[in-house]
Amino acid sequence: MAGALLIIAVVLIVLALVYFLGMVIFELQKITEGLDTAIDGVVEIIAKSEPVNPIVSDINLNLDAAVDALEGLLVKKAGLPEAMGLIEGLYPGAKKDGLRNFPDSATVKSPRIGEVYTRGTLTLARLGREAPIAALSPNGPALRDARYGSRASRGLYPADRPGRSPIIGTNSPVQYEVEDADPSAV
Amino acid sequence: MIVVALVMLIVVFPVVVYLLNSVLKEAKAITPSINRIAAAAHAGSKDLDAAPLLLTTQQQVRDTVANVAAYGGSLDVIVDDA
Repeated sequence: MAGALLIIAVVLIVLALVYFLGMVIFELQKITEGLDTAIDGVVEIIAKSEPVNPIVSDINLNLDAAVDALEGLLVKKAGLPEAMGLIEGLYPGAKKDGLRNFPDSATVKSPRIGEVYTRGTLTLARLGREAPIAALSPNGPALRDARYGSRASRGLYPADRPGRSPIIGTNSPVQYEVEDADPSAV
Repeated sequence: MIVVALVMLIVVFPVVVYLLNSVLKEAKAITPSINRIAAAAHAGSKDLDAAPLLLTTQQQVRDTVANVAAYGGSLDVIVDDA
């Protein structure tokens, strides 16, 4: 009786081992297949992303060179204070970062250009130096006196301003086009 | 002898079944996670199909920078220095 019970117990344990270990093996096979699929995907990702790093590095290199050149050009043409004022006017808060190749650019005292004029005016003014830009700037002199702009025109006649308007037309003393000029060229 | 048989039947067998069942349950829990990882890896791989377009972007950036450099060079000649 005891021997039979023992045999039954052992057989049951063995059967349980066989069943559960068989199921575990089945699940492990599914896991292996899933991992193989995942590894295939990861290998594809690695292969596809391999050239990305050098390409992005090259793009960044080119963009860095362009930024350096444009910043250098802006500072060369406008001067560091005005350049930083222009940058701050166009992109508020950008001045504190400064320019990469100009260590003083973050701390230089610059006019508050952007408070008075629009972006287009600023750009044209800085390029052409003609508009009454920065006339209301609290720091530094104006590039041109906007309120007394007639001084500039009076400068055209230092001795005395003639009491007439410039003569234009066929009877004007100065002809801007010679009489025998080719009319087809007009 | 009968005590050993009873212990095997009443104590050892349930413990063995419990432990093996736990192992099976955990193994089954891993399978969905693995499937999700495989799906994510394939989706990530598909997203990178556009990566070769970076070659076009790279060339366009080079061309643009070259044009900007030419434009800047012209401005440097035209506009007076500060």
